[in-house]
Amino acid sequence: MALTKAELAERLYEELGLNKREAKEMVEMFFEEIRESLVHNEQVKLSGFGNFDLRDKRQRPGRNPKTGEEIPISARRVVTFRPGQKLKVKVEIYAGTDPE
Amino acid sequence: MTKSELIERIVERQNQLSVKDVELAIKTMLDHMAQTLAVGERIEIRGFGSFSLHYRSARLGRNPKTGESVDLSGKFVPHFKPGKELRESVNASIDD
Repeated sequence: MALTKAELAERLYEELGLNKREAKEMVEMFFEEIRESLVHNEQVKLSGFGNFDLRDKRQRPGRNPKTGEEIPISARRVVTFRPGQKLKVKVEIYAGTDPE
Repeated sequence: MTKSELIERIVERQNQLSVKDVELAIKTMLDHMAQTLAVGERIEIRGFGSFSLHYRSARLGRNPKTGESVDLSGKFVPHFKPGKELRESVNASIDD
């Protein structure tokens, strides 16, 4: 069971007393603002949680794994996430077993 | 964009909630997300992406100062996979 936008909104409604519409809009705005920042090539730093960074990759040679045909992988901009120290520590101590 | 800039931008986008409300809402969401990962569960935000844990197996590390080898136990690290919509809109911005 994964955490979704609906559950995030539900928590805002229960804990902060936002009404359901406000809670839903807040969750939407949160992810939308992060996305817009990244689309404007602007890094997002959420202290304690982590940073969303942008990396420009140059074109590189690739291959169609089925046919073996060579096709270049075009230059692209990608989002990477670097977890913050606080989040890393929280997750590291998770006592779950190796998922493999 | 920092967390406080994110708060400001959200405050400007709507007219019902105060700075304090927005600040608390964002803190609540980030805590909820961190707590979810801390118990080994995934986060799936449609259009944005998903967060999950990746396992790093135990390895022999080295203290860079003394050169002494140290046993490092296996651990989990947070991983983010951008969703299709985020991936495509960010990539489209490379031409700007």
